[in-house]
Amino acid sequence: MIRRSLLKLANPQLLALVGVLLINWLLFPNFFRVTWQDGRFFGSLIDVLNRGAPVAILAVGMVGVIATKGVDLSVGAVMAVAGAVAATMVVAGYPAPIAVVAALVVGLLCGLWNGILVAVLDIQPIIATLVLMVAGRGIAQLITEGFIVTFNDPLLIYIGTGSFLGFPMAAVIALVLTIIVTLVVRRTAIGLFIEAVGVNRAAASLAGIRSRMLLLLVYSLSGLCAAIAGIIVAGDIRGADANNAGLWLELDAILAVVIGGTSLLGGRFSVPLAVVGALIIQAMNTGILVSGFPPEFNLIVKAGLIFIVLVIQSPLASRLAPPRLKPAAKVAAK
Amino acid sequence: MAETGYALEARGIVKIFGNHVALDKVDFGLKPGEVHALLGENGAGKSTLIKILTGAYQPTLGEVLVDGFPVSLNNPQHAQTYGIGTVYQEVNLLPNRSVAENLYLGHQPTRFGFVDRRKMERDSRTVLARYGLDIDPSSELGAHSVAVQQIVAIARAVELSGKVLILDEPTASLDRNEVERLFEIIADLKKSGLAVVFITHFLDQVFAIADRVTILRNGKLIDTKALDNLTRTDVVRLMLGKDIAFSGATKLEENRPLGEVLLDFKNYGRKRSVQPFNLTIHKGEVVGVAGLLGSGRTEMARIMFGADAADEGTVAVAGIQTSIARPTDAIAHGFGFCPEDRKAEGIFGDLSVRENIVIALQGKLGWFSALNRDEQLEIAGRFGEAMDIRAASLDMPVKLLSGGNQQKVILSRWLATDPAFLILDEPTRGIDVGAHAEIVRTINRLRDEGLALVVISSELDEVVAYSSRIVVMRDRELVAELNGENINPGVIVQAIANHKDGVSA
Repeated sequence: MIRRSLLKLANPQLLALVGVLLINWLLFPNFFRVTWQDGRFFGSLIDVLNRGAPVAILAVGMVGVIATKGVDLSVGAVMAVAGAVAATMVVAGYPAPIAVVAALVVGLLCGLWNGILVAVLDIQPIIATLVLMVAGRGIAQLITEGFIVTFNDPLLIYIGTGSFLGFPMAAVIALVLTIIVTLVVRRTAIGLFIEAVGVNRAAASLAGIRSRMLLLLVYSLSGLCAAIAGIIVAGDIRGADANNAGLWLELDAILAVVIGGTSLLGGRFSVPLAVVGALIIQAMNTGILVSGFPPEFNLIVKAGLIFIVLVIQSPLASRLAPPRLKPAAKVAAK
Repeated sequence: MAETGYALEARGIVKIFGNHVALDKVDFGLKPGEVHALLGENGAGKSTLIKILTGAYQPTLGEVLVDGFPVSLNNPQHAQTYGIGTVYQEVNLLPNRSVAENLYLGHQPTRFGFVDRRKMERDSRTVLARYGLDIDPSSELGAHSVAVQQIVAIARAVELSGKVLILDEPTASLDRNEVERLFEIIADLKKSGLAVVFITHFLDQVFAIADRVTILRNGKLIDTKALDNLTRTDVVRLMLGKDIAFSGATKLEENRPLGEVLLDFKNYGRKRSVQPFNLTIHKGEVVGVAGLLGSGRTEMARIMFGADAADEGTVAVAGIQTSIARPTDAIAHGFGFCPEDRKAEGIFGDLSVRENIVIALQGKLGWFSALNRDEQLEIAGRFGEAMDIRAASLDMPVKLLSGGNQQKVILSRWLATDPAFLILDEPTRGIDVGAHAEIVRTINRLRDEGLALVVISSELDEVVAYSSRIVVMRDRELVAELNGENINPGVIVQAIANHKDGVSA
């Protein structure tokens, strides 16, 4: 049994993560060194977890959307909106918990809006979410009135930079969210229904699955996740930057999901592997920074990785892969 | 022509998918100027063999020869350059482009580097005339009947390749007149020296048109024979590997007392879809629905199930007025629906057989009372066994199963919900003799268990065999209800044909 669950761990995503970490270690021998200081861990590895958390959180929401054959381009902009809401509210004197809840609700509503466009109005997801991708930054700018709103609220700063049991708060939030969403999706029938809708929405409707409700749910979750990531990023820089918060992160989130093995054509998906995908991306970013390469390399290496992943997942590669021959041809056949 | 005399030949073909042997050392030879039928139950390996002959799949072992010379076919376009053209069961053309564009797609006549539309349409007219089609080449392909589209597909394949024509269940969606027309075309092509491979499930058609027959069973070659000295029983025996009693003849339903009324549709209809109809359905009866394609049969099934909402009339379930506006309403009342288009509306190709079977039951249970894996396996195993679903594993993607087995999976999906009323739209279309018999057996069993069924079928002999009552659809209207003595193919044909001259585009 143990051997079997170990074998299960040996999937391409985890191997790739280990590979990237090993390369980092070769380039920067201190990569795996973790020290304890001021009641928390420090080190490059911890940095990967901390910096990777926002994209990991986005990926948790994005993977459900992509599994339904959709995509959510608005998450970066929703991050900016949520950050702006939280920052302006604490600056205006509201208690921090209320500001956080308000930001989460706004994120949820943004997701619901996307969901309505996709599920009820039947607009193609890429266009439907493009609306909010463009409008979101405008909304964020309206909320902050064009300024970078800075704050000193301890709760918001704790969410962005604090630590829990020595681990960065952002990473802890990402982990908890991953576990909750994975359990909800796999212990209920929601995961199966998401996959069914992604594979064949017409058949899903005829089989009695309320695909509209499901689409509203996955887009709302994506908006909520974006809001969480937005609050973390705002807390991290102690301010809400409507123009730059979460900029281009929707693309990292999509990439993380694809690296995690979920096809853009919908269907089979895995929340934990999408998070691993986000960690792979961040491990590369951090590796390039600490090993002293100019950051320009970052984009090239990232593009290279995307290319390799896509080639591995391409139909050509699966044709070239050796067929798995096993003698047991007849298991249940009669 | 080399020493073999075959236009197209396959030698010792082995094809393995994962750990499933789809073809095991199969030989196949096709002579010029013959129509060669390829027969076998679903899952016997016909489609796999065809895909290898057309380059869509590469054989694991063995070789393909054209005119006696070994060739390696990389893809269907490559096969076309060797003169091998294919027409699939589902027309693989572009319904939103014109007929002429479909004929010449990829090799349009050009003038100064631009597509010469006028020449293309002129040429199309000549080509279509050869196939007895008088339609406007500039009209949209999708506006024509499936039969016309099928003929356009054949014309395209012959124009492009011209040596071997492979027809994969070309008659599955055609009615009788259309099939005859298709056969005339095939006979002409044969006379001109074309080699034709013909795949079908209708034995009548095999005997009507084929010269030789090759039979596959479970991925193995059983035999290749000339049809002259074979009887239907011989062929069926070769296909199934056993003697089966033909129970297809008219077994008139004994006069049993009717069960209680389960459903009562009154003036039920939908604008631009189905004229309002009245239909009462009792427990323990099968209501057969006869009618041509496009007569409103499928539309009627869809509004009964709520897939399209009715906009007039009322429905009562077990005497209580209710509203069925969407499939979830219908399912809550114990309805189930096997749609006509298995692939587009029935199966979840990438999901496992297990998930495909439990999905409707899970849909009924809702989001939060999930069946765990063991329960799913138990349910899928139980219904899979009852329906004799042939799958290497319940966890394999359902898209790897043959059409007949996919149909059994969909039927199992509904049986798992413990239904009171099942609507089956063409449940036996395009599936093999074995699966066909299984499904007819299941229909009879369910009726005896007290279910109400509505079964739509183009196979009159079949409808007559299991129906307690038959309603006939014509021009989107329920035009007749036949009982007792009137349940026979002659009366049905008359009811369908009334006031209606030949069917065509």
